[in-house]
Amino acid sequence: MTSSFPWLSLIVFLPLIGAVLCLLVKVESARWLALAFTVADFLCSLPLWWLFDSSTAEMQFVERASWITSPPVQYSLGLDGISFPLILMTTLLMPFCVTVSWTAIEKRVQLFMAMLLVMETAMLGVFVALDFVLFYVFWEAMLIPMYLLIGVWGGSNRLYAAIKFFLYTLAGSVLLLVAILALYFHGGQTFDILALSRGTYGASLQTWLFLAFFAAFAVKVPMFPFHTWLPDAHVEAPTAGSVILASVLLKMGTYGFLRFTLPMLPDATVTFTKPMIALSILAIIYGAYMALAQTDIKKLIAYSSVSHMGFVTLGIFVLNVQGIEGAVMQMVNHGITTGGLFLCVGILYERTHSRHILDNTGLAGPMPRYALFLMIFALSSLGLPGTNSFVGEFLVLAGTFLWSKIATALAALGVILAAAYILWLMQRVVFGSPSPTHRAHLLDLNARETATLVPLVVLVFVIGIFPNPLLTRMHATVALLLAGPKTPAVAIEPSPAPRTEPVPTAAVAASLSYPSSGQATAR
Amino acid sequence: MIYTLIPFLPLFAFLIVGIGEQWIKDRAHLVAVPAMVGSFVLSLLALYDVATGHLVNVPLYTWLTSGTLDIHIGISIDRLTAVMLVLVTTVSTMVHIYTIGYMHGEPGYARFFAYIALFTFSMLMLVMADNLLQLFVFWEAVGLCSYLLIGHWYERPSACAAATKAFLVNRVGDFGFILGLFLVWYSFGSLDYATVFAQAQDLAQKTMNVLGPFGGTWNVSVMTMICLLLFTGAVGKSAQVPLHVWLPDAMEGPTPISALIHAATMVTAGVFMVARLSPLYDLSPMAMTVVALVGALTMVLGATIALTQTDIKRVVAYSTMSQLGYMVMACGLGAYGAGMYHLLTHGAFKSLLFLGCGSVIIALHHEQDMRHMGGLKDKLPVTYWTFVVGSLALAGFPLTAGFFSKDDLLISSWSAGPLGQVLTICGLLTAGLTAFYSFRLVFVTFWGPSHVDPHHAGHVHEPSTTMTAPLMVLAVLSIVAGYLGIPTFLEPVFHGEGGAAHHEGPAAYGIMALATLMGLAGIGTAYYLYVLNPSLPDRFAQQWRAAYELSLHKWYVDEAYDRSFVRPTLSTANGLWKHVDVSIIDGAVNGVARAVAWGGWLIRLTQSGQTQHYALGMTLGAAVILTVYLLF
Repeated sequence: MTSSFPWLSLIVFLPLIGAVLCLLVKVESARWLALAFTVADFLCSLPLWWLFDSSTAEMQFVERASWITSPPVQYSLGLDGISFPLILMTTLLMPFCVTVSWTAIEKRVQLFMAMLLVMETAMLGVFVALDFVLFYVFWEAMLIPMYLLIGVWGGSNRLYAAIKFFLYTLAGSVLLLVAILALYFHGGQTFDILALSRGTYGASLQTWLFLAFFAAFAVKVPMFPFHTWLPDAHVEAPTAGSVILASVLLKMGTYGFLRFTLPMLPDATVTFTKPMIALSILAIIYGAYMALAQTDIKKLIAYSSVSHMGFVTLGIFVLNVQGIEGAVMQMVNHGITTGGLFLCVGILYERTHSRHILDNTGLAGPMPRYALFLMIFALSSLGLPGTNSFVGEFLVLAGTFLWSKIATALAALGVILAAAYILWLMQRVVFGSPSPTHRAHLLDLNARETATLVPLVVLVFVIGIFPNPLLTRMHATVALLLAGPKTPAVAIEPSPAPRTEPVPTAAVAASLSYPSSGQATAR
Repeated sequence: MIYTLIPFLPLFAFLIVGIGEQWIKDRAHLVAVPAMVGSFVLSLLALYDVATGHLVNVPLYTWLTSGTLDIHIGISIDRLTAVMLVLVTTVSTMVHIYTIGYMHGEPGYARFFAYIALFTFSMLMLVMADNLLQLFVFWEAVGLCSYLLIGHWYERPSACAAATKAFLVNRVGDFGFILGLFLVWYSFGSLDYATVFAQAQDLAQKTMNVLGPFGGTWNVSVMTMICLLLFTGAVGKSAQVPLHVWLPDAMEGPTPISALIHAATMVTAGVFMVARLSPLYDLSPMAMTVVALVGALTMVLGATIALTQTDIKRVVAYSTMSQLGYMVMACGLGAYGAGMYHLLTHGAFKSLLFLGCGSVIIALHHEQDMRHMGGLKDKLPVTYWTFVVGSLALAGFPLTAGFFSKDDLLISSWSAGPLGQVLTICGLLTAGLTAFYSFRLVFVTFWGPSHVDPHHAGHVHEPSTTMTAPLMVLAVLSIVAGYLGIPTFLEPVFHGEGGAAHHEGPAAYGIMALATLMGLAGIGTAYYLYVLNPSLPDRFAQQWRAAYELSLHKWYVDEAYDRSFVRPTLSTANGLWKHVDVSIIDGAVNGVARAVAWGGWLIRLTQSGQTQHYALGMTLGAAVILTVYLLF
């Protein structure tokens, strides 16, 4: 479907215009300008909710224009059921990144706001790019503003964290570039992502490409054991940086798996299913254990992200409807919930100037409204039914159950541990009595802060109670992803897990008809 | 459908009070109580409707579809649900009214009402569920309300710890629940009760190899796995051994909560679940045996601990645990009707006892230790008399509701084969203990000389009518509930059971007589020890030191868990973080960075910019090449 109106270009580049303008105005105007542009961008993306056609798996709102003729690089954008929720989540969160930085950022406000807006353009571009070169441009463009956000406005150890973040992700990205070039030469000399997804590649090429993609994406997710940049980056980043990092940047990796690895490298995906699932489960449990050991609130949430993102990769690699839909849900929900948690921590840090748990105790008394919001995000984070996160975790676990019961049990252990670290945090931070040194600073949320948190709190419940409107918009895309882009639906692989009982579910059978080795040949 | 309002009236009350907390403040009950009364009246109508042969089934909306996973939220009412609705709304209404007095002037007054309204909504949705996922969702929701209400007085560290513990222990149970739920979906392709029950018979013979992933072979019936996994959830929620440890600590919450959540409704959800899923449990004798044994163990353990506790709420809490054990045991022996019957009468008399405790606690300015009580029966006559009624019912004194339901339960158990007979004997002995500890509580608290703190002793008086009226209503119910014909009413729900048929014959009368005798003996012993010879209990405690300590320290289960789960988990977390994450993984990362930097430094040495160095390099290089060339 081609839309006459260039929705996606508008959404992607509107913030960039704002960024330029921000640099030209005074401090106070820069704040308002950034807010205006992020809100406007959200309002521009909102109509997509109704314009999006959930019955088709085709790319929608497609825009194509030639960019470079030789090699053939196109400016092409498009949206499907996987990128659609991520776009909305990103544009929704950005205004809050601005409002939470309103007073927290004091130096070089114009540049800060400009960086936020550049960041937004780059992130949105990654989600809608349909050309590999364009994708890579956006992908790398994210690094610089993020590096500056951490390195300029970060905490005391910001340079170490910024450089670590930069080098870590760059190392992965270089391999991604190699993979893109390899695909270009083996996939008919094109950078068109859709065309490349329809191509078939030889087994050993797939393996190498898989590993290259893995390097790039696993660092971003981050998957165990490539996660150690995350706690450092989170702790040092300013609040808005943490929110962007946790809510959007981490999704780049899992988005990459869904957009490239699964459709382009189906055989390698099947080959690597077991190690990927093992790493995911390890991340879930290990991340939760790490979170239990932390005394810094931001670090705790950072490690909880490792655990939660483990559910996303788990859902992706069990390769069935429930798993992948759950993974996409979990991507959105982690964005909302962890974004909310980081916003809460930032708001608290502005008051007490400490992220240490023991400096921030007993908030329910002096800051009841804050405590309520923090509690809601926390309960969402531990996957309480009725909140958004439960939907994603439930679907991922359901999908995993079809793959292996033991894997499900292990992953579900992570849910117990999540309750442990979250509730223990709540017990210390929300309950109890405030520490006397900070008591005087503990003012409850002001109007700006309330306005920052309320929409996310509402979404926590709306998605938790009515997940279906969002899910139905994914069905077609996920079905196509699982059908295999080019192989007719012949079940070659038997079930990866030994099955002793009958499975009456038709979709389970469908999900197992994943293309396997022998079908693909290199061109 | 009008019955949709049964859960939604409390929900509206929650939303109004919760969102308008700042404005409503001490007027919260004006919203919450009428909503509860409305809900109660509708529940009675629903009961009448169901009794006349209708079944209510109202689909609300589709929660989620993904592949073949298709989950709806809806409400359905059959006989089992209807009696639960009436129980929940009755107790909830009483507790709402009681709270007006109990929480009067507290800063969190409106918040408290909001949460109990939310709890009532969740509990009603739980019992009205027509599929397992809805059951699970509201199962967790009632757990959340329990968590929030236990931690109501959030400035008390003990209350916060208790809240966390309750949630966490329940999470452990729910871990099993959700795996069971997935296994049901996997095996039946649906989570709807109706669909699952219809196919249950076909699946009865299927087995699965639980050791498959480990390369072993151990074939277990799928039905047994499903039942046991789901039962794990019930073990957590209904405070059965070994997940019972949260319930006594939950007494940190305000007393109305203990009555509503931790006695009458939420903790009985596990029993309700087993009864609701009886078509599945009936097909797994092995799971049934486990259920019965866990119930019996809990029944005995709870009673032995209750003997020595000195906090009045904890005595009642352990008694609740023990009584829940009775119900679970009955379900495990196939006597679902008897279990549910006891659940209902217990809901009445146990909430009465808790609210009575609340009256005492308020009158004594938040004193809970019964050693600092005594002689209260003249000062708190209404509380005293209603408390006696509740205790008689708990002890199974003839003609009270507890007498009928406990007899029904024991007699049904007796007729369930050899295991049933052994467990019935345990049940009879526990009945003696029950009577003893409940009257120990009555005598120590209300009789004898006063040990009340002299500061408060002068102005101990009966609380306001809003608190005494619910006591009287519940006291009446604690008698009347025995005459309502509940077992006969529930009979059609559980096809497998013979119901009233067992209740004839010499065995039945024998058990009835024995149970009565045990009850009287317990009361008599308590009278002898605590009224006639008040010095004796201490002497016994000295004499049987080990047994006394074991009971007093709750069989050291908390200590054992602390050492085997809590501390190892935390030290593992710390160890992993310090030694694996920081040292090994991040060490490797920083090591790579250092190696690169060092390599760069090495190479930089060659780039000195001095011509002599380059000339030397050239000469040396030429020499090496020449040597190699000449030698080979």
